[in-house]
Amino acid sequence: MEENRQLMLGNKAVARGLYEAGVCFVSSYPGTPSTEITEEAVKYDEIYCEWAPNEKAAMEAAFGAALSGRRSFCAQKHVGLNVAADPLFTMSYTGVNAGLVIGVADDAGMHSSQNEQDSRHYAIAAKVPLLEPSDSEEALEFTKKAYELSEEYDTPVIIKMCTRVSHSQSVVTTGPREEVDKPYEKNIAKYVMMPGNAKKRHPIVEERTRRLKELSEDCEFNRVEYSGTDIGIITSSTSYQYIKEVFGDSVSVLKLGLLYPLPDRLIREFAGRVKELYVVEELDPIIEEHVKSLGIKVSGKDILPLTDEFSQGLIAKAFGKGEKESYALSEEIPARPPVMCAGCPHRGLFFVLKKLGCTVLGDIGCYTLGAVPPLSAMEMTLCMGASIGALHGFNKMRGEESCNKTVAVIGDSTFMHSGMTGLANVAYNESDSTVIILDNSITGMTGHQQNPTTGYNIKGDPAGKIDLSALCHALGIERVRVVDPYELDECEQVIKEELSVKAPSVIISRRPCALLKYVKHNPPLCVNSDKCVGCRSCMRIGCPAISFKNGKAVIDTTLCVGCGVCEQLCRFGALGSKEAE
Amino acid sequence: METKNIMIVGVGGQGSLLASKLLGHLLLSQGYDVKVSEVHGMSQRGGSVVTYVRYGDRVFSPVIDRGEADYIVSFELLEAARWLPWLKKDGIIVTNTQQIDPMPVITGAMDYPAELAEKLGATGARIDAFDCLSLAEQAGSVKAVNIVLLGRLSGYFDIPEEKWMASLKANVPPKFLELNERAFHMGRKAGQ
Repeated sequence: MEENRQLMLGNKAVARGLYEAGVCFVSSYPGTPSTEITEEAVKYDEIYCEWAPNEKAAMEAAFGAALSGRRSFCAQKHVGLNVAADPLFTMSYTGVNAGLVIGVADDAGMHSSQNEQDSRHYAIAAKVPLLEPSDSEEALEFTKKAYELSEEYDTPVIIKMCTRVSHSQSVVTTGPREEVDKPYEKNIAKYVMMPGNAKKRHPIVEERTRRLKELSEDCEFNRVEYSGTDIGIITSSTSYQYIKEVFGDSVSVLKLGLLYPLPDRLIREFAGRVKELYVVEELDPIIEEHVKSLGIKVSGKDILPLTDEFSQGLIAKAFGKGEKESYALSEEIPARPPVMCAGCPHRGLFFVLKKLGCTVLGDIGCYTLGAVPPLSAMEMTLCMGASIGALHGFNKMRGEESCNKTVAVIGDSTFMHSGMTGLANVAYNESDSTVIILDNSITGMTGHQQNPTTGYNIKGDPAGKIDLSALCHALGIERVRVVDPYELDECEQVIKEELSVKAPSVIISRRPCALLKYVKHNPPLCVNSDKCVGCRSCMRIGCPAISFKNGKAVIDTTLCVGCGVCEQLCRFGALGSKEAE
Repeated sequence: METKNIMIVGVGGQGSLLASKLLGHLLLSQGYDVKVSEVHGMSQRGGSVVTYVRYGDRVFSPVIDRGEADYIVSFELLEAARWLPWLKKDGIIVTNTQQIDPMPVITGAMDYPAELAEKLGATGARIDAFDCLSLAEQAGSVKAVNIVLLGRLSGYFDIPEEKWMASLKANVPPKFLELNERAFHMGRKAGQ
């Protein structure tokens, strides 16, 4: 095996591409399935990497780095690009100095997302080129080429990944790094986007798109795999892999890698050589609508879904091929949905909110699992920061009846991302809202990334630390309380008090994520089966370490971390540490 | 060679990522084209997780669909049952007999199906079920279930044992190597 040929995760291949392209600066906000790009990039000493408070701050930082003359990058998930859309649209006008590439990872199938929007719309709307790799090898190659495009055409370039490209490993061949350093030159007409200047930049954008369209007709990103005249399929990304899996070389394929702008001539020529033409693409019919706009008859979303991710089986079925034989069990198999971990600090707090009958407006993070049974203690989740924004509107309309029982819950990282502005609105426009910040001292769901409140940077080195209490005070909230979510009585008392007070307030529920390596756990609890009466009180918190066997509670000692929340629910003293017995 | 498919299924947090990493490394060293597809993010939080490993002369799709898996390696019995329809005709399920209650069972909404290993066998599928957890404990850590399973799986392959050991060495930290070697041998021997 060649030394430089290896199996590599798609996201890691993008990071390798960044290294080889001489990228010096990466700023991102974590988001599945994009997170590992930045986590892998930081392993190269040549690249400065950071977690920014949100995607907009990250993209602006990357822009500044490119402006200064160093190749730069920022990564986000599809919904993160919504947050960063503002700088993106105008960066298209200013252009770049050194290359600037934006990584965005879509999540068709919503493995870990709140929607499955199609990021290709952003390339069309912002008029910036978009490359779409179909495996790790292309992820590496396209990333490197994206920097050449970016500098040659003076534009940001989007690399669009998806879950199956980001989180699949395939074989790549690595190469050396090339350093790039461009001088910064003052250019007010190009970089100050006020009307007079922007008016002159817009025609440059249109001319650039015309030149990129010319490039798209004959470039290394788009290729025809001609194989007979019966069926022709236009496809891209992971759909290409499924097409090859199903049809092998039995159909002709136009494989697109540059998805914006699309090549009219190439599409016309390809369509002209085949009897039946199809477009196979996940989510929205972007290629298909374009082909139709050229007056070409094509089939696509009439046989394939607009929702969810594809697979070879789905495509085979759509093209009338039979399903594969297998085995079936008549037994109904219980689902296994994700759950809060044993010892999760969010569990106790949600239990109290449920007990108090609170209306809980939620946010994005592990704690969204507070919405699932048996807790079922969250009634809304929309986007990053929306819990606080929505709480304000809800309370304004419903007045005292709502202010006395409605709360927002938001994680520490999500609060820093986009909860602060909502809280400023609460203070400024005066709603008696109670906001609970679930401070588990880490960005949990995406796999433990540092954030501005943890005191550490992406490398785990000490960094600037923002004090949440002080920040809330500074945003105009006088009442800020701190509770330990393992202490149920204390939580209940404080939540009751803050809900009844006629003033905005913040409760910081503080306890580090139970999965953090530095967290010291208590010994697992055990059940005194003489005392256990089988009332199932302890089952109300949905802890994966507690189950019920032969009419009694049982604790899985391999999972239990001794948080003691269940112990506080048992009126019979049946749950406790071994020492207590 | 036609592409071969291995699915690794289990409960989030059981160590399937290491198993797929090791298999990927091994199969690549045998000169195959390889693709591995993983699950990250929210689904990992104690949910049902699946990893796909595919190898052959040229692999296209990174995922395995219904009726395509030559092998299903399962960390937990209910998960073996869940993914049964993904097994190819005459494929093999190598599974741990450990049972981990999912939330609908914990809350009492559903029962964990009884005698699941027998029921799986009754479908006509080839089932190789054994208690990996005890073997892993004997080897020195309950966390070594993944390597015990791979040891058992290795018995179905024509790849020499030393190649498996080389991939093990390349993918686990040196201080855990001995423990994992022990776990691998226990799994492999259990199948003979």
